[in-house]
Amino acid sequence: MECVFGLVGNGFAIVVADSSAVHSILVHKSNEDKIMVLDSHKLIAASGEPGDRVQFTEYIQKNVALYQFRNGIPLTTAAAANFTRGELATALRKNPYSVNILLAGYDKETGPALYYIDYIATLHKLEKGAFGYGSYFSLSMMDRHYHSGMSVEEAIDLVDKCIMEIRSRLVVAPPNFVIKIVDKDGAREYAWRESVKDTPVPSA
Amino acid sequence: MKLDTTGLESFPSLLAPQSDVVGELSAAPSFDLPNSNDVSIQFDGFLKEAIQMVKPAKGTTTLAFIFKEGVMVAADSRASMGGYISSQSVKKIIEINPYMLGTMAGGAADCQFWHRNLGIKTSLLPSFCSSLLHLGIPWLFPYNFVIDIVAAAIVEKEQKKWCRLHELANKRRISVTGASKLLANILYSYRGMGLSVGTMIAGWDETGPGLYYVDSEGGRLKGTRFSVGSGSPYAYGVLDSGYRYDLSIEEAAELARRAIYHATFRDGASGGVASVYYVGPNGWKKLSGDDVGELHYHYYPVTPSTVEQEMVEATGA
Repeated sequence: MECVFGLVGNGFAIVVADSSAVHSILVHKSNEDKIMVLDSHKLIAASGEPGDRVQFTEYIQKNVALYQFRNGIPLTTAAAANFTRGELATALRKNPYSVNILLAGYDKETGPALYYIDYIATLHKLEKGAFGYGSYFSLSMMDRHYHSGMSVEEAIDLVDKCIMEIRSRLVVAPPNFVIKIVDKDGAREYAWRESVKDTPVPSA
Repeated sequence: MKLDTTGLESFPSLLAPQSDVVGELSAAPSFDLPNSNDVSIQFDGFLKEAIQMVKPAKGTTTLAFIFKEGVMVAADSRASMGGYISSQSVKKIIEINPYMLGTMAGGAADCQFWHRNLGIKTSLLPSFCSSLLHLGIPWLFPYNFVIDIVAAAIVEKEQKKWCRLHELANKRRISVTGASKLLANILYSYRGMGLSVGTMIAGWDETGPGLYYVDSEGGRLKGTRFSVGSGSPYAYGVLDSGYRYDLSIEEAAELARRAIYHATFRDGASGGVASVYYVGPNGWKKLSGDDVGELHYHYYPVTPSTVEQEMVEATGA
């Protein structure tokens, strides 16, 4: 079942998400990328209903891009997080999106940041956060092993620890994870942790 | 609205005319139902239950996979309403354009069933029913599948129309990615209204073969191997064990056929004919349509069994 978590290190933020698309007992796909690169320096990892997840994150992405086009300056991570929260909150009493979001970003002035936004539009600025069944394991792991100002190597070590704990203790553990990072050089994919590989298909 | 309690009476009142005195005492009390807009109250919770019951079991088996030569698409042909098999000749693979196919599981199978077998005029149905859906009246239909038929009819027709419009506007065929997104967006706009559709869009576009899974919850997945419907776990079993990327067309067709056959063998809601389509660079082609009963005897011919013991006439004492 769904596992999304993330943490802030020294000059960067990392978000990790499982990559399983599940329907009742069936795994339809095990390489679904649930972390969207929102803009050049922002990552948005979402868990929740697949339809809502895609529709909502795409909506946020397009609106953040629109803001940048109109005003010539990009939104800060804090602004994007508050905008996302606002959209969730206005939808909450109409037709709510069931999505939980971890938003990570890097700003020149404030450095890296991680925001926790749940489906009932709660916003928190955190240094580490998690959603889904994986959160029961990754939260305590991060509480124990996290310290401020972690290097990338230390952070990836911790992420791998969390993934291993989830894989070994969670009954419905997803096999594969995607790790993305955002720092002064931008948001990008860092690595995949795959224990089940889909048959590779050369893309045309 | 009055509750009809005639079913609770032990003797039909028509056969036993009641005397006034007894009748007044024994008649079941009738009372008004609360007047509410809440759907679950309006129908005593029945409708909601029915939707929950119908949703997970998309009584069908459909599959599609990408391989070296293109995309293979296969499906069974059974339509069922609960335990009743309503048709054995449903066309679950829909030809969107010469280069694209769609598979239908869930309400859409019913939709096809009604289209082909009842001869409903497709052009009238969507406009009539979309107005109902927009008014929020679909809850008036007593059964979930009726809504599905309605919506699936709209969905299918809309998609065909939109793909054609795209072709006319852009002087090129719509991509599989675009078509599936279109469909996902249509379905997403009807989300929460009780739809039950699980479909795959398979085809060939400028980027080569393409395959997407789209469902009524608004989910859309790109992939290389999908199976949808109540028989899909069985089909996945066969498909996953026999799949390679460099399958030939013949091998791929046989794998698809076999996966459908094994699914129909174990899944009561799947059966009829296993049809197999192939989409290549030159468009789709129907490769085969085999009765799964005949496939069974083809795969597992009856062998005369050795008689271990024969009954012997007892000799009279």
